[in-house]
Amino acid sequence: MSTEAVTADTRQTAQKPKKGLSDRARSERRTAWMLCAPAVIVMLLVTGYPIIYAVYLSLQKFDLRFPDDKEFVGLSNYVDVLTSTTWWTDVFNTVVITVGSVGIELVLGMLIALVMHRAIFGRGAVRTAVLIPYGIITVVASFAWLYAFQKTSGFVPALLGQNQDFFTTREGSFLVIILTEVWKTTPFMALLLLAGLALVPDELLEAAKVDGASAWQRFWRITVPLMRPAILVAVLFRTLDAFRVFDSVFIMTRGANKTETVSILGYNELITRLNLGVGSAVSVLIFICVIIIAVVFVKGLGASTAQQTGDT
Amino acid sequence: MSQYTTRQKVGWLIAIMVVVLYALIPIAWLVGLSLKPSSTIGTDTSFFPGSPTFDNYSALFKGDSEFGDALVNSLVCAGVATFIAIMLAAMAAYALARLNFAGKALILSGSLAIAMFPPISIVGSLFDVWRNIGLFDTKLGLIIPYMTFSLPLAIYTLSAFYREIPWELEQAAQIDGATPFQAFTKVILPLAAPGTFTAAILVFIFAWNDFLFANTLTSTSNARTVPAALAFFTGASQFDQPIAAIAAAAVLVTIPIIILVLIFQRRIVAGLTAGAVKG
Repeated sequence: MSTEAVTADTRQTAQKPKKGLSDRARSERRTAWMLCAPAVIVMLLVTGYPIIYAVYLSLQKFDLRFPDDKEFVGLSNYVDVLTSTTWWTDVFNTVVITVGSVGIELVLGMLIALVMHRAIFGRGAVRTAVLIPYGIITVVASFAWLYAFQKTSGFVPALLGQNQDFFTTREGSFLVIILTEVWKTTPFMALLLLAGLALVPDELLEAAKVDGASAWQRFWRITVPLMRPAILVAVLFRTLDAFRVFDSVFIMTRGANKTETVSILGYNELITRLNLGVGSAVSVLIFICVIIIAVVFVKGLGASTAQQTGDT
Repeated sequence: MSQYTTRQKVGWLIAIMVVVLYALIPIAWLVGLSLKPSSTIGTDTSFFPGSPTFDNYSALFKGDSEFGDALVNSLVCAGVATFIAIMLAAMAAYALARLNFAGKALILSGSLAIAMFPPISIVGSLFDVWRNIGLFDTKLGLIIPYMTFSLPLAIYTLSAFYREIPWELEQAAQIDGATPFQAFTKVILPLAAPGTFTAAILVFIFAWNDFLFANTLTSTSNARTVPAALAFFTGASQFDQPIAAIAAAAVLVTIPIIILVLIFQRRIVAGLTAGAVKG
């Protein structure tokens, strides 16, 4: 995305009429900022202010059931959260769901992208079919999968000859949650990867074919390296998205069977227990986790583009 | 690569069928479930309904319909949020695509950061602030976060589309004698409309899908949208999930999405990959 911004910038500079129009440039800048201001102000006001307020709340002892007991307690809410086993279990659960779903999605999404990319016919049909899971409400998808796997209502246990209910065990619950996430979001992954596939020049693949490279070799030695930025962007977006997983877990287990994720923990503290102090500490910690993940990926993205210019 | 053998064609046909089945089986299951008589739903585990009935659907709208209210709330919240977000984003995207100014990269990376922002991190603050200023359990209380969190998606998609518009046509029209207003409405607007409409679809789907804000910032049918209403549907007893009602409601709210996808699939794909931002 940053590369896109850069190319746009250079294109604009190239288009810009001759120098010496500083008045015009200045008025252009003023117009631009006036046009951007409403959107920027809204975004700052509705995300910036609340996150600062969340930091403030996280330093307070503040339980809405006892609003008069509000007092400044420093970092003690963070200490409470970080020394509790619940937080670390929930981080583990979130990582399991994130890694499981993003991993499967990447493989499945790549397969679907290849089908769409190389389709001889029926491209429209595949595209339409694949967009349906994307467009469907996550809560609806979760109910569909919950009822399909539930012993009393669903066809899946009988189909698999399974006697135990999936939702009585931790593994079973994770499995269904991950499958739901995979079903719902693979299309998004596939479409981003498809856009990346379009950047791989056909001539290169043809040349490799002539040189005797097998389809497998062509995929790993040409397609994947050229697509690496697209893959990283897709995986980054999905990882951040999966890390805040809430809807499907809330609908299917509500965190039962040790499947509670960090978002569910935040919800339970804030909304169920009305403990805004501890809940805000959880919120801020999730925010920090997301920043760490993003930074790691962006570094990886930079490294991969740097590698690409030197490498192969 | 011009000629395909029958084997290749059959292979592709199978691949396509697999993808289509992958996408449609859960939907088919949900439709089948919604057509089963509610009395057999907890015991009948077959995929297809034995004796299909529309009773579950008509029950949804009987009397003081919780679902009907939720549907209206969803349409209003997602609709208004989409409208405002697209207005604000269109102005910003025009500036980003056409004007040259310092701070462009800052705005783009700032919106990217918000696209990655975990909504759960501000739910507590909004909950507290909304209670204090009277926005809790109101539609406006949902419209504000929906609009905000869809702005990055809208800005990215729209600026990608607007960059492709041949803006020289505007001047060309003016040289040919059109007034600036005519040049804008007759030349630029028709060119910008499809992209803008695509962005609007994506934003609408995004807002229509939200559960976290709908769950935490509402408490009654005054503002509760469909996803939250589904989660809090109550059956005959408090612990008995009304599967039949949920399945029927789920199918009903999925139909508009399927129609949108069927009509606009090409555009939606273009929008998603142009913006390359989560939707």
